[in-house]
Amino acid sequence: MSPPKIDRAGVAPELRKLERRLFLRNSLSIGGLSLLSGCALDDNASVEQALSLMSRFTDRMQALLFSRQRLAREFDPSRITHPFPFNAYYDESDVRLVETSSWRLEVSGLVSDKSPWSVARFRTLPQKRQITRHICVEGWSAIGDWSGVPLSVFLQHVGADLRAKYVNFRCFDDYSTSIDMATALHPQTIMALDFGGNPLPPAYGAPMKIRIPTKLGYKNPKYLASIEVTNHFPGGYWEDQGYDWFGGS
Amino acid sequence: MLVMIGSGWQIYNASPILPFEFPTAVTLGGWLGGGIAWHFAAMWVLMGAGLVYVVYGAASGHFRNDLRPAGPRSVVRDIGQALRLKLSHKAGHYNAVQRALYTGVLVVAVLTVTTGLSIWKPVQLGWLTWLFGGYDIARCIHFAMMSLIVGFLLLHVALALMVPATLWGMVFGRRMPDSDKESAS
Repeated sequence: MSPPKIDRAGVAPELRKLERRLFLRNSLSIGGLSLLSGCALDDNASVEQALSLMSRFTDRMQALLFSRQRLAREFDPSRITHPFPFNAYYDESDVRLVETSSWRLEVSGLVSDKSPWSVARFRTLPQKRQITRHICVEGWSAIGDWSGVPLSVFLQHVGADLRAKYVNFRCFDDYSTSIDMATALHPQTIMALDFGGNPLPPAYGAPMKIRIPTKLGYKNPKYLASIEVTNHFPGGYWEDQGYDWFGGS
Repeated sequence: MLVMIGSGWQIYNASPILPFEFPTAVTLGGWLGGGIAWHFAAMWVLMGAGLVYVVYGAASGHFRNDLRPAGPRSVVRDIGQALRLKLSHKAGHYNAVQRALYTGVLVVAVLTVTTGLSIWKPVQLGWLTWLFGGYDIARCIHFAMMSLIVGFLLLHVALALMVPATLWGMVFGRRMPDSDKESAS
């Protein structure tokens, strides 16, 4: 093959296009570079930083997409998954137990009434039931049947500042997570006391779990110990390790 | 695109839908959280690129002129030519097989993006998830479309390697300065 002869006048307009291409190619090569060096860059601090920056951008877009009026689909009881899978950051044999009668939920932060709550006291508030799909960040999903007190009802009851940014949950299995106020006030966000019409069994978070069908599984804390209304970003167990904070579905 | 595929395989490994996992050597992110972070970061980049492509394709007439599928007869004719290694490669012109494949892969790309959105936001975009037959089916379609794209990429690069003159144009966007005349290989 003979080397190509170049007709300078003919290529002039092409050159301009090439220039544009090269610019685009250069900007793309940053991505290509990170691919070539593969795993080594996974640990690179600046890559981590860029990824967490993008993750915060994704969080903002998720918050924009979220609507307090849009409801998660509710299913017929025949669609409930049996058995509903156990999932935590530890094995089922390591589930921690508490005595339901002595359990109290601590209430703190921007609320006017900080007295602790017993299960019996929660039973006096209006209850709501839902059969919804629990979607795990891993990709699997299962349909369950939860009932309990809408979080919005509880927050109003204790005089929470509903203009605060976050609601933070801490659990007695050392798990934690936090959500945005918009999701906290969503009608399907409930403080679940029952599963399948019976008190929550230990595997599913006894005595109380926060059930949020508009968020992924890791935003649905079990074994609740305390609730806090705050304007300081609280993070969470998985979120601090790199899962996106909003975790909406 | 490769970032989307590598990180997608990482996410797949967290809860495989088929009886196999992708080897860690070809996954991106190191763990599920890392894979997700890469997947969403690349998603915004790809969305931007896709938007530019769609606007350009519609405005310049690229879709209308170059990608509108030709009749089945010309597809058969060009497949015959390709198998006899006599297919022409007039730069800047797609033959009937290319038209069919490139249009097909665009449809696959649209389905990949829409099923992806439907399993990311099954509540906020619930109508989309419903359209694909629910969360689990949408997830399988997303995986199947990824497989088609990977197949297309492999085929595409293999065919291009058989006709090295096309590589210049694929990488730099234009044909080699001297290749205006039809070249058969």
